[in-house]
Amino acid sequence: MATLLIPTPLRKFTENQAQFNSNGTSVKEVIDDLILSHAGLKPHLLDADGNIRSFVRIYVKDEDIQVLQKEHTKVEEDTLISIIPAIAGGSY
Amino acid sequence: MFEIEITAASNEGMSAHAVGTFPNECCGFFFGTSKNDRKLVTEIRPVLNVKKGDQRRKFSIDPFDYMKAEKYAHENQLELLGIYHSHPLHPANPSEHDLKQAMPFFSYIILSTQPQLVINITSWQLNENRDFIREELKISEPTNKYL
Repeated sequence: MATLLIPTPLRKFTENQAQFNSNGTSVKEVIDDLILSHAGLKPHLLDADGNIRSFVRIYVKDEDIQVLQKEHTKVEEDTLISIIPAIAGGSY
Repeated sequence: MFEIEITAASNEGMSAHAVGTFPNECCGFFFGTSKNDRKLVTEIRPVLNVKKGDQRRKFSIDPFDYMKAEKYAHENQLELLGIYHSHPLHPANPSEHDLKQAMPFFSYIILSTQPQLVINITSWQLNENRDFIREELKISEPTNKYL
């Protein structure tokens, strides 16, 4: 099973669980599986078109899926996936 | 009502970071404990502002620094409670840009800075409607009286 690491700010939607295990074989399948189990996460992970929000980054091991096959990136049983909020801001 | 209590040492660390990076924005993480709508900040971890271009009005944190912050919290039995950053020569109010990127649960501490001086510090958290609510902020020594 692939393991997904849930960032602290989203754990209120996973009953405080920091990890989620899934049999999904791609990033998209794992994310869909996660949302199926924890529906409250949906607006924080997906935009209105069902795509991963631009302010959320997904890393497979140490690589951003944007430089891999995006949400179609394949995952295996021992793959570690991280959800990382894009942290940015400023006075304007 | 959201409440956040910051130890004097953590406040001094954030302030020194904000003054040290002036006129650019600084940024970092803070850690501690939480219960219901109350947080107690006991540690900070400054990180580099990696925003490309003008850093006087914008900041960005490297995703790997975020991963390290989560790992640090886990290894030290702490909670990652939020992000701090400075607004040089600008009020300690969140911008539209701050709001767009904000996540639930996290507190967002903003330090308004002048040369050599932090003139105001505020903290904000999203409510259920994704509006920023100003937290009641207190600077003190750790007491654990809430937690």
